[in-house]
Amino acid sequence: MTPPIIYASAGAAVLCLGLFGFLAARHVLRRILALNVMGSGVFMMLVALAARTDPPDPIPHALVLTGIVVAVCVTALALALLTRMCRDEGSALLPEDRDIE
Amino acid sequence: MSGDTLVLDLVLAGLLVFLAWRLLTLSDLFKATVLFIVFGVLLSLAWVRLNAPDVALAEAAIGAGVTGALVLDALRRLDARGPADEAQPLRLNLPRLVGALLVMGLGAFLLWSVLSLPPGWRGLSSETAAAMPRSGVVNPVTASLLNFRGYDTLLEIAVLMLAVLGVWTLNAEPMPPAEPAGPILDVLVKALLPPMVVVAGYLLWAGGHAPGGAFQGAAVLAAGGILLHLARPFNVANRGVVRLVIGFGFAVFLLVGLTLATLGGRFLELPERHAGILILMIETAAMISIALTFVVLFVGNARDNAGRDTS
Repeated sequence: MTPPIIYASAGAAVLCLGLFGFLAARHVLRRILALNVMGSGVFMMLVALAARTDPPDPIPHALVLTGIVVAVCVTALALALLTRMCRDEGSALLPEDRDIE
Repeated sequence: MSGDTLVLDLVLAGLLVFLAWRLLTLSDLFKATVLFIVFGVLLSLAWVRLNAPDVALAEAAIGAGVTGALVLDALRRLDARGPADEAQPLRLNLPRLVGALLVMGLGAFLLWSVLSLPPGWRGLSSETAAAMPRSGVVNPVTASLLNFRGYDTLLEIAVLMLAVLGVWTLNAEPMPPAEPAGPILDVLVKALLPPMVVVAGYLLWAGGHAPGGAFQGAAVLAAGGILLHLARPFNVANRGVVRLVIGFGFAVFLLVGLTLATLGGRFLELPERHAGILILMIETAAMISIALTFVVLFVGNARDNAGRDTS
């Protein structure tokens, strides 16, 4: 058990939790959180596998930095869409989720 | 690897998985958001453990900080329009069960692929190390972002501009803080803002030879702007000068690339002799633009407040 293996495995688990949350959650804000969690899982795997050499491989680090910034952009745009939907339709659930249960 | 740090790694990795699970299952969205911010902070600790200080800085400032502020703000706006909580906890019906099984399969596959990687694989670290003397900087992450993978970073800055355009178009943002901030926040902002500007400048300069760079510096600057907005609400309306500053970083980056192309080189291929100063130039412009972009993403379009809303 080395740190790269530990964090890469945890990253895979976090990715899967995020993916399931993204598919299963009904509240759109929770889906946005889940999308971010899923991205963090991918970043964990990338950076963990880059740390297997010493010094670590800088290319995955640069990829993850780009990914973090793009994730913030996606989150901001998604939240703006959610707020607009909430204002216009009075619900924070997607239309297909509103009548269930 | 000593036993103590192994225990630390195991606890940290376990905590991250636990937090991810809790924040997706808690029925109170506010608590979930707080856990999400804690998750981001712990994640930046994990980056430090994995020898990725550049990523740790960005994660703490952007991933946990700016994203957390954005989600909390959205939650407050949703709350004002009705209950933001998820009424019922998730029930496991057939589609969700199938989804869970598929996701578990994916997890097993990922775990298998991690464990079966050849042990001696070095990735691109040798190639990067060989190209470092020609990159103009000493920090390999900065060299990779601004020189080797300049195209990606150029388009990344374009994505930031697109996000601002989207937020402005949706016009979903405006709403000043509910209650005026207390005197403590006011004093805090007065004390914190000058050091924050200095730290941002330092991070930008340090990016050439140590962990840091335009994105980390911009995040610190933006955090200062967001704090200032919380203490004394201001409008960053969709005006010409704001648009100009937001496009400035992209314009400088593109101009450098095009100039190099017309002077006989290739697009964005920095010449060895001037690479250092060109990277610093691009990073300075990018930092100012990115910082304002983050602030605008948080403050949003203030046309509603001015009473000129057309929607």
